[in-house]
Amino acid sequence: MNRAQRLLKFEAKLKSGIGVIDGAMGTSIQTLRLGEKQFRGDVFASWPTSLQGDNDLLNLTQPDVIRQIHRDFLVAGADLIETNTFNATSISQADYGLQEWAPKIAEAGARIAREIADEFEAQHPDRAALVGGAMGPLSKTLSLSPKVEDPGFREVTFEQVRQAYFEQASAMIPYVDFLIIETVFDTLNAKAAISAIVAANAQAKTDVPVIISGTITDGSGRTLSGQTTEAFWISIAHANPWAVGLNCALGAKEMRPHIADLARAADCRIIAFPNAGLPNAFGEYDETPETTALHLSEWAEDGLVNLVGGCCGTTSAHIAAIAEAVAGLKPRMIPTPPTALRLSGLEPFVLEV
Amino acid sequence: MTQNTANFINIGERTNVSGSAKFKRLIVDGEYEAALSVAREQVENGAQIIDINMDDGLLDGVDAMTKFLNLIAAEPDISRVPVMLDSSRWEVIHAGLQCLQGKGVVNSISMKEGEADFLDKARIIRTFGAAVVVMAFDEKGQADTEDRKVEICTRAYYLLVGDGFAPQDIIFDPNIFAVATGLSEHDRYGLDFINATRRIKADLPFVRISGGLSNLSFSFRGNEPVRRAMHSVFLYHAIKAGLDMAIVNAGQLDIYDDIEPQLRNAAEDVILNRNPDASETLLQIAEQYRGGANTAKASRRDLSWRKGTVAERLKHALVRGVTEFIVEDTEEARAAADKPLHVIEGPLMDGMNAVGDLFGAGKMFLPQVVKSARVMKAAVAHLLPFLEEEKQLSGLADMSNGKILLATVKGDVHDIGKNIVGVVLQCNGYEIIDLGVMVPCDTILRTAREENVDAIGLSGLITPSLEEMIHVAAEMERGGWDKPLLIGGATTSPTHTAVKIEPAYTRGSTTYVADASRAVGVVRTLLSDEAREPFVKQTREDYARIRESHKKGRGAKPRIRLEAARARAMKINWAGYTPPRPKTNRALVIDNWRLEDLVPFIDWTPFFASWDIKGRYPQILDNPIVGSEAKQLLADAKQMLDRLVRERWLQPRAVLDFWPANSVGDDIVLWDDEAREVPLATFHTLRQQMPKDTGKPNFALSDFVAPRDRDIPDWIGGFVVSAGHGEAERAQQFRNANDDYSSIMLKSLADRLPEALAEALHAKVRRELWGYATDEKITSSQMIQEQYEGIRPAPGYPSQPDHTEKRTLFELLQAKSRIGVALTESCAMTPPASVSGLYFSHPEAVYFAVGKISKDQVEDYATRKGISLSEAERWLAPILAYT
Repeated sequence: MNRAQRLLKFEAKLKSGIGVIDGAMGTSIQTLRLGEKQFRGDVFASWPTSLQGDNDLLNLTQPDVIRQIHRDFLVAGADLIETNTFNATSISQADYGLQEWAPKIAEAGARIAREIADEFEAQHPDRAALVGGAMGPLSKTLSLSPKVEDPGFREVTFEQVRQAYFEQASAMIPYVDFLIIETVFDTLNAKAAISAIVAANAQAKTDVPVIISGTITDGSGRTLSGQTTEAFWISIAHANPWAVGLNCALGAKEMRPHIADLARAADCRIIAFPNAGLPNAFGEYDETPETTALHLSEWAEDGLVNLVGGCCGTTSAHIAAIAEAVAGLKPRMIPTPPTALRLSGLEPFVLEV
Repeated sequence: MTQNTANFINIGERTNVSGSAKFKRLIVDGEYEAALSVAREQVENGAQIIDINMDDGLLDGVDAMTKFLNLIAAEPDISRVPVMLDSSRWEVIHAGLQCLQGKGVVNSISMKEGEADFLDKARIIRTFGAAVVVMAFDEKGQADTEDRKVEICTRAYYLLVGDGFAPQDIIFDPNIFAVATGLSEHDRYGLDFINATRRIKADLPFVRISGGLSNLSFSFRGNEPVRRAMHSVFLYHAIKAGLDMAIVNAGQLDIYDDIEPQLRNAAEDVILNRNPDASETLLQIAEQYRGGANTAKASRRDLSWRKGTVAERLKHALVRGVTEFIVEDTEEARAAADKPLHVIEGPLMDGMNAVGDLFGAGKMFLPQVVKSARVMKAAVAHLLPFLEEEKQLSGLADMSNGKILLATVKGDVHDIGKNIVGVVLQCNGYEIIDLGVMVPCDTILRTAREENVDAIGLSGLITPSLEEMIHVAAEMERGGWDKPLLIGGATTSPTHTAVKIEPAYTRGSTTYVADASRAVGVVRTLLSDEAREPFVKQTREDYARIRESHKKGRGAKPRIRLEAARARAMKINWAGYTPPRPKTNRALVIDNWRLEDLVPFIDWTPFFASWDIKGRYPQILDNPIVGSEAKQLLADAKQMLDRLVRERWLQPRAVLDFWPANSVGDDIVLWDDEAREVPLATFHTLRQQMPKDTGKPNFALSDFVAPRDRDIPDWIGGFVVSAGHGEAERAQQFRNANDDYSSIMLKSLADRLPEALAEALHAKVRRELWGYATDEKITSSQMIQEQYEGIRPAPGYPSQPDHTEKRTLFELLQAKSRIGVALTESCAMTPPASVSGLYFSHPEAVYFAVGKISKDQVEDYATRKGISLSEAERWLAPILAYT
């Protein structure tokens, strides 16, 4: 199957059912407790800085580990797997001195995921296995100053962020079915990513669809950079996303009202992949697969979502439980909001016709 | 004419170096901290968008824009509103776009450098997701005449939309230039802008119009009264023509009606170019307004009660609702008291308790109580500075009997009843947090939590609000609330509350409050530790019983199948009938209707009902119990009506049109032209499904239009009327002056006027515009009793209960751009004092109630409308014959 065929098949499925995106990459890797040596592999054996914790580097140094995680999620019932490329940008890899390697890491991550998806499709001809190229939020942000005493200071420029995302998107486009701008906590970073994807698609003469997923960080109901869910949606709606949603930071219980807000506002599919609850005192996620699945199936029953899955702490057991729980449930109907001039600051501003 | 003008957007202009010398100095000197407070002040003063401009020779624009926007990003009380990036230099705009996480507005681009450059910039703006202001400027220069403005905007529109730019993200600036400059070629500038605005809004769907106002009065720099008058007069006319937003210093505006008539006329002559000497005249009279003053009026009446003690006088004033002496009496009481708080706790509360007792005993009526509240507010307003001085505000808060949050739910704009409830509760010592209209669920619950309120009251008038109330109730349940929930408003009912809302919120109590007079009793009981439990238990049992009988009632009301109902449709004998052809074939906008001509058409019965005085007018005036109060209310109403008419507080407007139409099944298809080949739009109608006696048809509105297969040309009409323009500001003025009585009076009158206008317009339609009843002669009371041919049913009312059909009607009539009436997401009309409907001419057309319908029709209807079953069920929830 090529990208167009897979998309067609997937979209047909989503007309009558709920799609499933995979679970956590980061916490899945953590449970393997890989050491410095494994992170370095052969290529980076003598790299001057510590590389332990650079999960994306495993695409180059331990590809089989990543392959197995992808395989487990597909077998569990995920329709869409995300590449292990959350930090595969020059800006985030600069923390390890690996900025030059970022495009190679991104490319390898996309290629591995595609291999496994193709392998899975060959074994299960009735199913489409889609790959989403993960584009995380970066270690530097455009709307916030890291210096308390100098709120006007910025560590990076829009153009630098855009360039970093452009390299990442261009490296993944040949392999992926979607580009997923996820865990957005600063909408301006996401806007740079959108601009980068438009340029990367144009350069590659493709039209890879975009999924955008924001993060509501706490009970205030706002992104870290201060926007409400609806303001976030208005700010990124120009990307004409294939789906929009929320992930990370919150468990399903806490995320629900914000998904409900987004589901009312957005005229595209809604995707939700919360954490497995809130972390316990040890920073571990201990919500059971059954509990997560119960929450998400309630959302589906209430017509709030089109795709569900998991973020931090969710395992293939969670995905299997989620896939089972939402099987046969009807998807959210995509609303058509009235035509209006919609603007946003931190809050929405709507001038209806 | 401030930020409350319905839907008109004030763009803050203080953060503009070319408009504000102060801001410029702060930026040039690098005083960014102080510059931020300029921005903050603007947002606090109600700017809904802030315009930021750094175009100055002394500044590095890119640097200043970037720095300022980055600083704003760290100030949530500023950055909550969208930013308008204002620069004539593209690199400054581009730099600004890179700093905005929200969706802002670029101001501006134009075709000055040709189409290619224009589209390049528009595309870049699109990748940043911003809206854009397009100046009426092309290769030949800036548009100065009406035709050039329209021509350039039209060309720009089609270029942008053709390139994929969303039309709703386009805002045109057709250039406001200085008038009264002494050069005759400038005389038409004001009028040309206004006319061009009207044409652009009519021709180019979804666009908005903006302008920078300060240019207009450039010739009168230094003469603020004249500048303010010119700005206000200009906005008054330009907003009517469709101006959506302007870069305005809100402090530089006057209320149109408050401008001294001589000045207003002179300014109006200049702006509308009404006579060749206009500029000269304005220049001549301008001098006398430098630092101008106003005159005040006073009135006299029976003052014998003034001889009593100060406590007696305060009580009298409260019970009788007399504000005239309240400040001096309050001051006298304060001077004599140890502490200002004692005045409130003593004589004022005694007076309010007397009011409460009289009201509770049925000896005072709602309008009087509202007047009392006005007096109380004025007294407290006088005491507040003294209370603050003594830092005893906490003491004031302590005397509250409880804190009640009131809100009209999301999607609904009606608030008369809610305001009355608020006033009555305030009179009884409750602290009211009134969130206003169109309040989203999360705002209600967040505020309720932050303010730790004791109860939440939800109000709504239109049927979709019922669904929103269920949503709020469900969210309260999910959020673990247990505070009492109160439900009120015209469409709410004990049955709906019992069947739909209470089951959604089981953790706390839900109570339907029939009218304002019940509110106090209910709230007092719910907040009382002793009385609450038995009351809640009783209410639960009552509601359970209502649910039970509702369930049985449903079973007892069978529906017939849709096919059977269609077979029983009304059969008009079309063979012997030629539908009348309308005398006009284009949309008519009427905005010069005289208010005085509407007065005879006012139906007073619902007016009294809105004040909780129930009974038919005029018999109500002779009612032994409420008659005298009804007379007093009517006298007050007529007094305000006189002023309202004389001073033209409200601007009635109407738009109507007729279309070739034929029925196709239960639908009414409108045709593009008389060829009747290309459909223009479809109105979907609903059919009665109740079992009926032989000979009595199961109606649908489509029955009254000639069917397509009969090949008979027929027509229907549609209209939207409003008397709401001007109401919100005027009502707010009263509220600002602590005069809730006048505010509510105005709203209840303004609510009657569109009905009167609709009635008057319908008469004009029958007699002239459609002209099928040219010799009709009936009295106004016959008219109110609908003793005429043809009907004007409205979507959302019993003959077509689906509110969403209004969307089709509003789109066909372009009601928003033509007369400024829009629909909320729940299809409530805004401004709320508006009425819409369809015209049917057939003499056998009658009003009917669709009643409950069964699932087969809802499925069929959803398919016809192209919406999902669940969406159809949501909108039709109040009339579903199934659960």
